Formats: sequence, structure tokens, C-alpha cells
Amino acid sequence: MEITRRHLLLLLPAAAVAWKYVEAGAPETSPNYKVSEHWWGMLIDIPKCIGCGSCVRACAQENDVPEGYYRTWIERYHVDDWRIERPSVESPDGGKQGFPHEEDIGKDFFVPKLCNHCEDSPCTQVCPVGATFVSPDGVVLVDKNYCLGCRYCVQACPYGCRFINPKTNTAEKCTLCYHRITRGLTTACCEVCPTGARQLADLKNPKDPIHEFLKTHQVQVLKPHMATGAKVFYSGMDGSVR
Amino acid sequence: MSLQPLDGPRIAVVSAVTVTCDGNHRWQWRPEGIEEHRLSRDCREGRCGLFKDTEHLVRLAAVVVILVGIFIAVRAAVVPKSFGQYGHYRGDAIAEIAARPIAHAGHEICEGCHTDVADQKKLGKHVVVPCEACHGAQAKHADDPASIKPPKLDTAVVCSRCHEANSAKPKTFPQVVTADHAQGLACDTCHQPHRPKIENEPPQATPKKPTGGKK
Repeated sequence: MEITRRHLLLLLPAAAVAWKYVEAGAPETSPNYKVSEHWWGMLIDIPKCIGCGSCVRACAQENDVPEGYYRTWIERYHVDDWRIERPSVESPDGGKQGFPHEEDIGKDFFVPKLCNHCEDSPCTQVCPVGATFVSPDGVVLVDKNYCLGCRYCVQACPYGCRFINPKTNTAEKCTLCYHRITRGLTTACCEVCPTGARQLADLKNPKDPIHEFLKTHQVQVLKPHMATGAKVFYSGMDGSVR
Repeated sequence: MSLQPLDGPRIAVVSAVTVTCDGNHRWQWRPEGIEEHRLSRDCREGRCGLFKDTEHLVRLAAVVVILVGIFIAVRAAVVPKSFGQYGHYRGDAIAEIAARPIAHAGHEICEGCHTDVADQKKLGKHVVVPCEACHGAQAKHADDPASIKPPKLDTAVVCSRCHEANSAKPKTFPQVVTADHAQGLACDTCHQPHRPKIENEPPQATPKKPTGGKK
């Protein structure tokens, strides 16, 4: 068939409509999830943590975290009565295999740590290429296809939550199990926590128990003086925690 | 207002001032009523404009327009389509990160098949312990239970991760010094891991040495 001017005029609008779908690419994997309806954070109840390392192991399995690197880890604090501002902190293998038998005199407790998914995160502000960002649902993510591996963000994070993956040479960090929470699951660390010390929190969901907890408990965030807008809330946290 | 043209004698203070050509293609303030013969020939013949030799400027502008056009075309080609969709980043990255397969099935999935274990757990304190806390990530097993089997666990290792005595643990949490308590025996010699409390035996058959908390 010969394509006349008339045919072309009819074909062009159809092609323009089709092109939109070509540009759009593959559809999203979780069609029922709307980023604008969520604002993610986490609640950590320190007095409940037993330092078993389940969260660290689960995180490593869920996210293929390289050996010797941690997206979440557990710190054991030991505070002497006479030097409350100088706690001694240890985290053998990130607490992955739990902690050995230890009896100290003084105050001891475990602090699980992870990315605080700051609303005003210092790490995303320093990225020179826009490879790391706060997603519209409040999760700090890294676009590993865009990351140069320049390490600015690793230095900028006040919580030490980022590292350079030795295989990909790109920045890596806790994604708050974004692939799980967008499918309606909880994070791997919260899934396996045997005492419920970690709880995923959706601050935009009015039915989330976090709201009742925040009303009735005293919670803190890490390094509040840095005004990072951290969304990992710690309940029962000692003032010596850094 | 005192004004002095670039050439010619000083002119007295005047009130009416106009912007016009000074005869050398330069624009300046000058009083009205300047004599016609003091203007240059170009000005007298109407070739007096803002710019001199405008064809050079036209060429320069064309080069600038072409360079800007090339920049816009290259930028459109190399910057991903979704960049800037939500902010200064690639919007598609969100869907890519969300597309990762899951590794932990979740205890609800486990309990769907292993109802016997779930019933056992309900009778003891381990009801709150999620399956994958001990058994590890089992989404692959949940997808294909016939061919992928979870590894057998060493209770001497698994139990002590939680129950090894440590002064940092909550005082109410059951803890033992495994070296004293088990004396090298695996925990499941006496305890049933899904329902760990030993109930149908006399108390002396359970050698206990709790430290730092109630058992």
C-alpha cells in the first residue's frame, strides 16, 4: 500500500499516542502502592532489644549486603557511673551473631542502628549528580545506575549509615526494604525481630500504632541537634547514645 | 545640570536634554539644538544606529543559537526521561529499587503450611518469635517448597544468639551462660525449640543456672 499524505496525517496522531506508552516503559511492580500516601519511619524500643543480631542477618540476606558491611547493626553501650558522657561502644561483626557472654557493672544496653531516613538528609544534599534522594514517601534511596561512587554522601552522613559496595563501587545504604514495604510487607529487620523492638511506621497512615505510641511515650531521635529530620524514633534511649 | 560633549566647547547649563548620537556612533546625553554640521556624515545620512557593523553580530548570534540548540539536543538525549519527575533525581529509580525480589517470606506465609509448628508455638513463649529469625530467609522455599529445603539448624548456635547471658539484655529476658548451662549439649537435647519450656519432667532434670534474670 502506498502511503499518501492523507494516510500519514491519520497515522501521525496514532503514533504520537503510542509513543507515550513506549516512553512510559514497564509498568510499576506494585500498582496499588501510591507514594503520596505514605511517609515511612521506624520505631526502636531500646529496652526490648536483646542484641540477638537477627535484624543484621536478615538485612544481609534480604539485600545481599557484602560481608563486613552493614546496612543495620547493633551497638552495645556500656556506661560507667562516673563517665556518663563517655560510653564505651562495641559492635563485633555488627552484632550479626549476637553478643558473647558479658557481665559488666554499670549501665549496659543495646542500640540497633540503621539509616534514619532523614527528611532533610545531609547525604542527599551533597550528592553532585542526583543519585541519592528522599523519595516522595520519605525513604532515602540510592540510584545505583546514577551513582559515581564519589563518597561525598558517605562522609556527609552523621550516622555512618552509608558505605561503598566493593563490588559495584557505588554508595549503598538501608532502603527501608523499599521492595518489601511497597508490596505491603514490613522490612526484613522488623519481620524477624523476636521481641518487637523494631517496628516499621507509616506516619501518614492514621491507623498506624506509631501515632498512639508517640503520644504516650517519650521518644528521641539520634543527633537531634543536627536538625536532620530523622524518622527513626528511639524509645527509652539513654542520653549517652551518640 | 552641567553637560559637556566629548568634543567642542563647553556648553552652558541647559534644561532640555535628549539622548542622541554624538557623531561618533556613541550615545550620550547632550543638549538639544546642536548644530547639524557637527554631526558625522553617517549620522547625517541616517546610518546612525545602536550598533556598528551589525553583520558580525548577526553571525555571532547565529553561532550562539546553534550552540544552544546542540546543548539542548544533547541534554535531551543523555538526561533520562524521568529525571526531575519527583525531584532532582531519576524518577524511574524508585520503581527499579522497588522491583527487587523479596528474600523473607514472612511468618504468615510460613504458618499457612506449617500449621503444626504454629500450634506448638502458641503453647509457649516462642509464639512471638518469627520463623525467619532462626530459620533465615525462606522466600525461595515458600515459592518452591518441594525442591528448596531450609538447612537444619544448630541449636547450640541459634539459641545462644538470643539467650546467652549479657548484662545489656533486659533483666526480664531469660538468659543462661551456655557453657555452664548446657555443658556442650545442644539445646534441643532437652528443649523443644518451638515450645522451649520443659514441663513434663521433674525440676532436677533441667540443669539450670540462670544469670542476670529469671528463667
